[in-house]
Order: sequence, then C-alpha cells, then structure tokens
Amino acid sequence: MSARDPQASRNATDLPDEAQRMIDTPLYEEPGEFPIEMGYVYNTCAAVQNGNPIFWDPAVAEAVTGGPIAPPTMMSVWFRPHYWAPGATGERKALQTHFDLKQILDLPEAVVASNEAVFGEPVRPGDRLTTRQIVRSIGPLKQTKLGIGRFWTIDVETTNQHGEWVGTEIYTMLGYRRPEQ
Amino acid sequence: MSATEVCGITAADIAEGQEMPALRHPVSVTTIVLGALASRDWRPMHHDKDFAVERNGVKNIFINTPNNAAWFERYITDWTGPKGRLGRLRFEMKKSVFPGDEMCFSGVVRKLAADAAGCHWADLELTISVDGEVRTTGRARVAIPTDPADNPWTRKGDRWLP
Repeated sequence: MSARDPQASRNATDLPDEAQRMIDTPLYEEPGEFPIEMGYVYNTCAAVQNGNPIFWDPAVAEAVTGGPIAPPTMMSVWFRPHYWAPGATGERKALQTHFDLKQILDLPEAVVASNEAVFGEPVRPGDRLTTRQIVRSIGPLKQTKLGIGRFWTIDVETTNQHGEWVGTEIYTMLGYRRPEQ
Repeated sequence: MSATEVCGITAADIAEGQEMPALRHPVSVTTIVLGALASRDWRPMHHDKDFAVERNGVKNIFINTPNNAAWFERYITDWTGPKGRLGRLRFEMKKSVFPGDEMCFSGVVRKLAADAAGCHWADLELTISVDGEVRTTGRARVAIPTDPADNPWTRKGDRWLP
C-alpha cells in the first residue's frame, strides 16, 4: 500500500523560497492540552459499540497490550482543542502549515484530497503526546476540475513523553484558485 | 491470563480474497452526536440539524471523519479479535451518512503477507454502504498473529513496520 498520493510526490521547481524552505522542516511542535484519559476511550468505544476486551477488561489488556491503551484511531482526538477555555480567543487552526501554504502560494481555496493514518506505539492513559507538522512535498501548478492549483502533502507526526513514535497522519491537500478568482 | 488464551483469528485462518463478515448498524441522531462528542469534534454540522441544512446544504447532521475511523476500527477488530493490531487506515467519505440510514460494513482481504520482521499483515479493502449505495471506501493494514502464541502488540521499533 502506498503511503502517499502520487499526485503530490514530486516537488515543483517554481516554488517561492518561503514554501521551498518549509519542505522537510518540522514546524509547529505542540503538546496536547491534557494527559490521555480512559473516559474518552470509553466514550469512543460506546459510540461505536466496540466491545474489544482490551479496552474493557483489565486482565485482557494486561495480557495482550501490557495494560490499558486507547484505540489507535483516536490519535487525532487528543489534539482537538477544548470548545472553550478561559482566556482563549479566536479559532485555533489544527493544521497551520496547510493554511500557511495557502497564503504563501496564493491559493485561497483548498480541499482534502486524501488522508491516511499510520500507527506506532500504543497510546496509554497518562501519556503526554506532542505533534509536529512536516510538509513533505508541494506539486507543480496544474489545471484541476476545481480550478488551477497544486497538491501538497503534510505529515502530522505524534510522539509520546518517551520520544517514541505514536503515529503519523498523512494529509494530501489540493490548494486551488476558482476560475473567477 | 496469558495472551495465548485470548481468542481471535491467526494468519492460517484467512486467505486473499476472503470476505469479512458484514456488520449492519442503524444510525440515529444519537449515534452521530455520541461519535462527534467522543472524538472532540464540536463543529455544529455534527449535532445541529438547522446548521447542517442551512450552512452545509445537506438534509441532516452527518457522521464525522474521526468517528468514521472509529467505526472502521471496530469493524476490523470485531473480525480479528483483540490481538489484531491496526497499522494503517485510509478512507474517503464519498457521501455522508445521516440519521435513518443503516450502515452496512463489508470488507475483503486483498493481500496477506509476512514482512521482513516476520509480522503477518492483512491488507483490507473496506466499504460502508447504505441501501446498496457506497458511502465510504477505505483501505486498512492490520497485523494478524502468526499462531495463537504470537501477539503483534509486543512488536516495537524495527519489528513494527506498518
């Protein structure tokens, strides 16, 4: 299975320096807002009626995963900001490098072309996770159904408090300009 | 209890081309709101029908992306048992799932192979349909125990190559 969308696998040769410098440079390293806790694990399992005993039976969790863990697909859950927090203003953007690229490349519209998650070390209650964003590629300008634009790929890498790799979400985006823009 | 005593499929039990058992689940407003809030997705189109209709131009609130991932994980590990360990998941939500829909999950083993570290992987092709119409398609890569004594969750570092 290919990790990346072939549309975004080759870098363009006409990129502004600011965009070129972003490629393969880790950006926006951020800790999660709270330690991992089982309440959300139970909420998630209940919401999809996931009866996997590694989440519900401590003896099975101990035998199979060396203690309780969170479902791997919850990786992005731990980084969504609180709906409200004291003193918080404005909307926090979850994938800031994407919005940076839209601005630098002057492509005001964007859609997610594909996303894929790869899972590493299990996430355990009490873990403190950190993410960082890495632009992996920015493709050449091309005509698409939506307008003229470029595909780009951003990895969001997550690690735990021991520095172990927990997982990566790979987003391929199409940034574009509508024909009238 | 030891991991060997925990039931589930092994690589010897499956073959390329094998279909996974279907899973059907009726979707209610509660299904969608529970999933959105459990995934900390507070955006109104997943709990506020007026917003979904007026701003998104759809008929009702709809299942959000991270909850769709959680549904796929449940579907996969219902089949593998607790020792199945998800390595990769990719999916595209082509059309939304709304209250009143009955989701039908199906899947096929497209490839079964051991990697250089001896881990057995099943590559799955997944679909969520409603009344025969495909709403979401996906691909997953899940590690399956080689035999009842094997446990993919013990793999780390160079021995875990998702």
